[in-house]
Amino acid sequence: MKLELFKRAVESAAAGRPAALVTNLISGLQSLVQESDFEGNLNPDESLIGAARQALADDRSALVETSAGKVFIEVFNPPLRLMVVGAVHIAQPLARMAALTGYAVTVIDPRSAFASTERFPGVELSAEWPDEAMARLKPNRRTAVVTLTHDPKVDDPALIAALRSHAFYIGALGSKKTHTARLKRLAEEGFKDTDFARIHGPVGVDIGAISPAEIAVSILAQITATLRADRSKSRQAA
Amino acid sequence: MATNTGDNGDILAQATQWRGQGKGVALATVVSTWGSSPRPVGAKLAVDDTGAFIGSVSGGCVEGAVIEEGLAAIKDGKPQLLDFGVTNEQAWDVGLACGGKIQVFVERVE
Repeated sequence: MKLELFKRAVESAAAGRPAALVTNLISGLQSLVQESDFEGNLNPDESLIGAARQALADDRSALVETSAGKVFIEVFNPPLRLMVVGAVHIAQPLARMAALTGYAVTVIDPRSAFASTERFPGVELSAEWPDEAMARLKPNRRTAVVTLTHDPKVDDPALIAALRSHAFYIGALGSKKTHTARLKRLAEEGFKDTDFARIHGPVGVDIGAISPAEIAVSILAQITATLRADRSKSRQAA
Repeated sequence: MATNTGDNGDILAQATQWRGQGKGVALATVVSTWGSSPRPVGAKLAVDDTGAFIGSVSGGCVEGAVIEEGLAAIKDGKPQLLDFGVTNEQAWDVGLACGGKIQVFVERVE
């Protein structure tokens, strides 16, 4: 393993460009395959490059047999992202726990008194309105969105942007009553039951959470359960 | 916040630091799993030539053996593909309830 190649894979993924590290497990020869080119001392043939591109598209590492022995194709993906709307108290532990869990976190709040670096040391903050921030950040299949303000003029634009994206998780803080009122407003915007089914509200797994940190645990548990749904189902079946 | 590069980023940073100090380093990567293996494909462990390590490939069951192979790879430069059947008996020995099988690739970091 060339340290440089590993570094290139990690940095490329962090910059939003997926990369596949292709390693012959007999010789140890390696190449890094990206969207349009490859580099390294393993000269992958066309079928191996094709397999690497397929692994990138599937977002799944693969072990393949070749005439030169087993080859491991390791996919380095851009990090999962969490967009937290509302720099409220709950957002503080949630941002820290989500970072530990592997998410690149952005806290969005146009109210500058809330989204301060004193309250969120080391966290990426956006003082834009959520619809502007999300137009820029472009949530995708590897993105979770959580709204925490209770304030329709802040939360609703974020939920609308999230529903129009492929975000794998959407959660909205608020009581059942708040949530019912929220869905009514979203219905007026043209959203349907299939859209509403994507919103977890009231947000979080019911663990009787009280403190902001406990509520953050319940939200992060629900995000994880959604992300790993295929695994937990197979475990129940087994 | 610095860009979040996750576990791989932590392992890269440590391996880079060790190499910078002139230490030999080996990297172990889970390349396949069967059954209920504790760590997914791609999970990594880096070890330096003193046996200090970061990361994990199994959650504790086979780290000892992997570190031994890592030290050997640092010396001779030969990559190794290791098979581990994590039996319940072995798991109980180290106080873990693993089960399943994993394949781990060990290589020297140049």
